[in-house]
Amino acid sequence: MNIIVCLKQVPDTESQIKLAPDGKSILKEDLKWVMNPYDEFGVEEALRIKEKFGGSVTVVGLGPKRVTESIRTALAMGADKGILISDPALEGSDALATAKALAAAVKDIPYDIIFTGQRGVDDDNGIVGPALAEYLGIPHMSIIVKVEVSQDGKSVKCNKPVEGQTLVIESPLPAVVTAQKGLNEPRYASLPGIMKAKKKPLEEKTFAALGLNPSEFGEGARNLKVIELTPPPARKAGKIVSGDTPESKAKELARLLHEEAKVI
Amino acid sequence: MDFSFSMEQEILRNTVRQFAEKEIKSVAREMDEREEFSYETMQKMGELGLFGMFVSETYGGQAMDYISYIIATEEIARVDQSHAATIAAGNSLGIGPLYYFGSEEQKRAHLPGLCSGESLWGFGLTEPNAGSDAGNTQTAAVLDGDEWVINGSKIFITNAATKITSGVTALCRTGTRQDGRPELSCILIERGTPGFDAVEMHGKMMWRGSNTSQLYFDDCRVPKENLLGPRGHGFYQMMQTLDGGRLSIGAMGLGGAQGCFEMALKYSHERVQFGKAISNFQVNAFKLADMALEIECARLILYKACWLRDNNKPFTKEAAMAKLYCSEVMYRCANHSVQLHGGYGLMKEYDVERFYRDQKLLEIGEGTSEVQRLVISRLIGAA
Repeated sequence: MNIIVCLKQVPDTESQIKLAPDGKSILKEDLKWVMNPYDEFGVEEALRIKEKFGGSVTVVGLGPKRVTESIRTALAMGADKGILISDPALEGSDALATAKALAAAVKDIPYDIIFTGQRGVDDDNGIVGPALAEYLGIPHMSIIVKVEVSQDGKSVKCNKPVEGQTLVIESPLPAVVTAQKGLNEPRYASLPGIMKAKKKPLEEKTFAALGLNPSEFGEGARNLKVIELTPPPARKAGKIVSGDTPESKAKELARLLHEEAKVI
Repeated sequence: MDFSFSMEQEILRNTVRQFAEKEIKSVAREMDEREEFSYETMQKMGELGLFGMFVSETYGGQAMDYISYIIATEEIARVDQSHAATIAAGNSLGIGPLYYFGSEEQKRAHLPGLCSGESLWGFGLTEPNAGSDAGNTQTAAVLDGDEWVINGSKIFITNAATKITSGVTALCRTGTRQDGRPELSCILIERGTPGFDAVEMHGKMMWRGSNTSQLYFDDCRVPKENLLGPRGHGFYQMMQTLDGGRLSIGAMGLGGAQGCFEMALKYSHERVQFGKAISNFQVNAFKLADMALEIECARLILYKACWLRDNNKPFTKEAAMAKLYCSEVMYRCANHSVQLHGGYGLMKEYDVERFYRDQKLLEIGEGTSEVQRLVISRLIGAA
């Protein structure tokens, strides 16, 4: 089974995000970068399928050179080879352009199933997975918490949580699956794995090598334009409900929720 | 000058940090409270590859550089000193002497199990009457035919009495040198050898989740071949081992100081007094600034010493400086951090309470701060 995982590098969720002076972007210089946590679920699922069916896992990343570290991390977890799409024209591309570049890199390698996170924890768009499937002309299943590949390796059954229920969907392969939290518990990149990853192939591809037109990428080609970024409002101090008995406190709480917070 | 870490070292730091946050932080307080060694986390640490990090693949090691080992120890120490102690002692003191001075046969017999984390090995150096004065070792080994007969005892030996401990290296007096001073040699003693007993020590103030024991040798007989390296090289082997070991204690100080600092920073943002977060008061902000400054200096000296070692340059002085400085920085950071936590910092509910206790060992174990100053003063030509 040939499995592909597309991954994104995002600011560490522990990082302090600061706005850039342009008011439309964030300061990137001091950030620590990590593999998008949802993509980590994708890597883990890919490895589990490989362990069951055999085959290989290829990790595809996109962005500046630093993304190599996330790809190497996936290789250290057990993936077999990596591809980094790196081109100066990429900077500032939106989700659709990202999906287009990934599709160009993926289409020439054999694949049965493609994993990616259901969204990046930075921009929270959730577009790349479905858009990638569109560009490749294959089905996609998004926000998936369980993946079961059929014995013959020709189809996949997935669980997707919807409003307190679970939707069970089935698709022929190849297909794109976007991973949601709960799909699995990703393994650590073990120390022997880190040493092995050093020797695994990691190819770098430019737009020219992929036959892509740079004018369709970058800030100028965005369909989605960022007008303004603002930090979330500062949290206001909490309120302690007073009262002599639990009953009177509950009554007061209900009144506050109804009259002040207006949530019930 | 290049202060950057390699990509593998960065990935290693990330992976060990994740592991420490997820697998160790959650059990550390309980293990401390129960004064118990966790076999479950020990197994997980072994599976991750935290033992035998600097050992070649031939013997089941990870073939990483010393800096990588120090990074891993630092990251574990950032969440818990006891677990970091298991790793530091396991690698530097358990595996180290076997790997650097052992015969091919000894290495093949012991290292694979130790590097996988399936077993542990102790390093018996300290005795009730031989602490800083290690030359005064009393435990004696007398050659009787093809066997060493060992008598004596050791104290404060890490990892030596766990269920998975497979043996110890003991520094023994094997005779008298021509200059009249004792001849010291290291001898390997396997668990289960008649006359050898390892008894766990309890009632510790710190490192309560780590295994500490007393070793007793009572006419304990081991084959002649159990000698580690040449006869009479014990003192030299011990010094070499401690040079490397000091770096791992430095890593524990650095990681621990970092942990104390992060807890202090977080808490002082959350704690509101006089209408604002206490981090806004200059008296507290300056404490945090001092901690950050000292941690940065500690990091520089420790990693420079490791760099010297990895590049085969002399590093004894720098190792002593790093061990001394990092442990004193942790002392100050733990103290500031508890102070910033106020009354809550005195409660077990807050991890900083444990860090405050755990810190003290670093100024005593593997050469007291006084011994480090002695080493440095000699190496700078002062004494």
